[in-house]
Amino acid sequence: MASRAVSITSAGLVTALVAIPLFAVFSRAGGVASLGAGDWSALRFTVWQASLSALLSCAFAIPAARALHRQRFWGREALVTVLGAPFILPVIVAILGLLAVFGREGLLSQALMFVGLPRIHIYGLHGILLAHVFFNLPLAIRLILQGWQDVPSERFRLAAQLGLGPLAMLRVVEWPVLKKSVPGAFLVIFVVCLSSFAVALTLGGGPKATTVELAIYQAFRFDFDIGKAATLAVLQLVFVGVAAAVLLRLVGAPRADVGLGRDQVFLRKSSRITTALDAGMIALVAVFLMGPILAIVWSGVFELTNLPASVFRAAGHSLTVALVSTGLCIAFALPLATFRAGQMVSLFGFALSPLVLGTGLFLLIQPYANPFELALVVTCVTNALMALPFAVRAIGPAFSQINADYARTADMLSLLGGARWRWLYLPRLRRPIGFSAGLAAALSMGDLGVIVLFADPDRATLPLQMYRLMSAYQMDAASGAALLLLVLSLGLFWIFDRGGRRGVGS
Amino acid sequence: MALVLKQVKLSKGGFLLSADFELKTGSLTSVMGPSGAGKSTLFDGLAGFIAPDQGTVEFDGVVLNAHEPGRRPIAILFQDNNLFPHLTAGQNIGLALSHKRRLTPAQMMQVDSVLARLGLEGMAERSLSQLSGGQLSRVALARMLLLDRPVWLLDEPFAALGPSLKRDMLALVKDMAAEVGATVLMITHDPSDALGLSDETILVADDHVSGPFSTKDLLADPPEALRQYL
Repeated sequence: MASRAVSITSAGLVTALVAIPLFAVFSRAGGVASLGAGDWSALRFTVWQASLSALLSCAFAIPAARALHRQRFWGREALVTVLGAPFILPVIVAILGLLAVFGREGLLSQALMFVGLPRIHIYGLHGILLAHVFFNLPLAIRLILQGWQDVPSERFRLAAQLGLGPLAMLRVVEWPVLKKSVPGAFLVIFVVCLSSFAVALTLGGGPKATTVELAIYQAFRFDFDIGKAATLAVLQLVFVGVAAAVLLRLVGAPRADVGLGRDQVFLRKSSRITTALDAGMIALVAVFLMGPILAIVWSGVFELTNLPASVFRAAGHSLTVALVSTGLCIAFALPLATFRAGQMVSLFGFALSPLVLGTGLFLLIQPYANPFELALVVTCVTNALMALPFAVRAIGPAFSQINADYARTADMLSLLGGARWRWLYLPRLRRPIGFSAGLAAALSMGDLGVIVLFADPDRATLPLQMYRLMSAYQMDAASGAALLLLVLSLGLFWIFDRGGRRGVGS
Repeated sequence: MALVLKQVKLSKGGFLLSADFELKTGSLTSVMGPSGAGKSTLFDGLAGFIAPDQGTVEFDGVVLNAHEPGRRPIAILFQDNNLFPHLTAGQNIGLALSHKRRLTPAQMMQVDSVLARLGLEGMAERSLSQLSGGQLSRVALARMLLLDRPVWLLDEPFAALGPSLKRDMLALVKDMAAEVGATVLMITHDPSDALGLSDETILVADDHVSGPFSTKDLLADPPEALRQYL
């Protein structure tokens, strides 16, 4: 069948896109002996910060998810929706927002100075942790909330009927739930933070706060030592690869839409004290998440009118990159989502860090062309691969459901190949495709990864241009660019997701 | 001229169904038997969704074993999911004629006239959510008419309808089948459906398809397996 050939070709193409650069990396990498003390400390720091980030996120997420599960209040649904936003929020925008609240000149520092205390020093490990918790706390809350929502409401009713006290409740009802959901959340966050680049680039650095991903970049850009970059890339590949494999084995592929749908509240009797504690926790999370975003909107809105032309040029590049990489991502995701091996292939994007792939692509291109001229093309491809696992994870189950419902009717009508896609699959997959496209577009729009590796002055994307403005201490222009980037990222997601929801028959 | 199953053995989910019978072209036959006895498995084998382990399925002398479901002279209506809910009534029916993006004017006229024939005049543009259960059944029948295949398999497609609507639909099936000379097999749980539709009934029970029997005789003195079920 023709569609089978397309599926296998796509799987082969994606595998090649990943395997060939990796091969290039391996062939250039030196032995473990060529790594210096600094490289090993980068590795230690990477694992250390990822563990702490995951630990802190989960520690705060447990009481927050529990509060969200048992309390009903005005704006609850909106808050649960907002919990999905950091996933598509450009990292660099969030960092500027965090600086505006927690930075040297930030609101919190000013408040501290007002009462005579020293300013906060955000750069270094605690800055990295702050940013990682900002991004991953919502994810952890959603994962743990989902765990709670999977518990039949009868169990809570039964516990209430038996008059279980808080301790017995913890042992009988809550502990089993947490035991199932928290390790998964911890692992996902750990793996995500292992390949942290943009956060380490902006808030870390220096010998004490360098991740392997950042070390690859530094070997590239500052030492011009491609062999060392390749060696580090192998190190990173092994660590992220093993961690991702463990994650996939234990909890399965991560999804982007977890904990957002099917949201129900089971009223659980709670005392006044627990209600107050819950309210405090929810307020804390809401302020922590909304504060930086509101700070961006507030400081950026007055700068929008006098943004430099370079920002608009960069925005144009970013939009093009985002749309092309969205197209690529969906074009790969559709055939890959249709069979199990294809779904596995899509997971490369999860096990692989962008800078490792970028290093490989650089090595491949270098003998034939100037890699810096191809910066945007490389960014398109890498971003598409990075969004691919989420797209396949959204489309795959929907595809299986369509087959379970309609494959026999379609077979009987001899609706095969392209006609089957046109009449059956595409219209019925509209929603997950729209969601995936929105995700791919927003992720690509906000990406600050390989583009930094390949950067040249003429070909900046908006996140890169923003980073440059920040590095040059042009904070006003950076704020304006941040707001523009925020609006474009969320806007792209909204348009695609909306497009997928419109006109869908029941 | 007949639908013939010769020494057919069908296996599905660990159980084996054997069938060896012959139905005359243009005949109407009910299919009865306890739940889980393999009535749907029999239909899957006829329609080509599962291949027989042994034996042959033939229609008018042509062995169908190697034919894909879409290439068999057999149309089937399931209990549900017969129609694609994202398409209009007309588009659903049109898929019987062509898989192209648009129908030709001649094909559109065919769709309109079959709709009119089934009392759904001018409803081609309606989305399925705008139609009632009875109308949806008619759309599915309309598509089956336009598919123009000589054998119709009905796997309780009207089970969700009320009794009087179901009677109307069975009468309609009978009329249409007589008009085009279709050979009809219909799975039913309801003796009055069987009596109303067909003179003959085949029985699926104890891993075996037997019959055809006279529907009247069978129901007047049902064998043990059927008696328990009824």
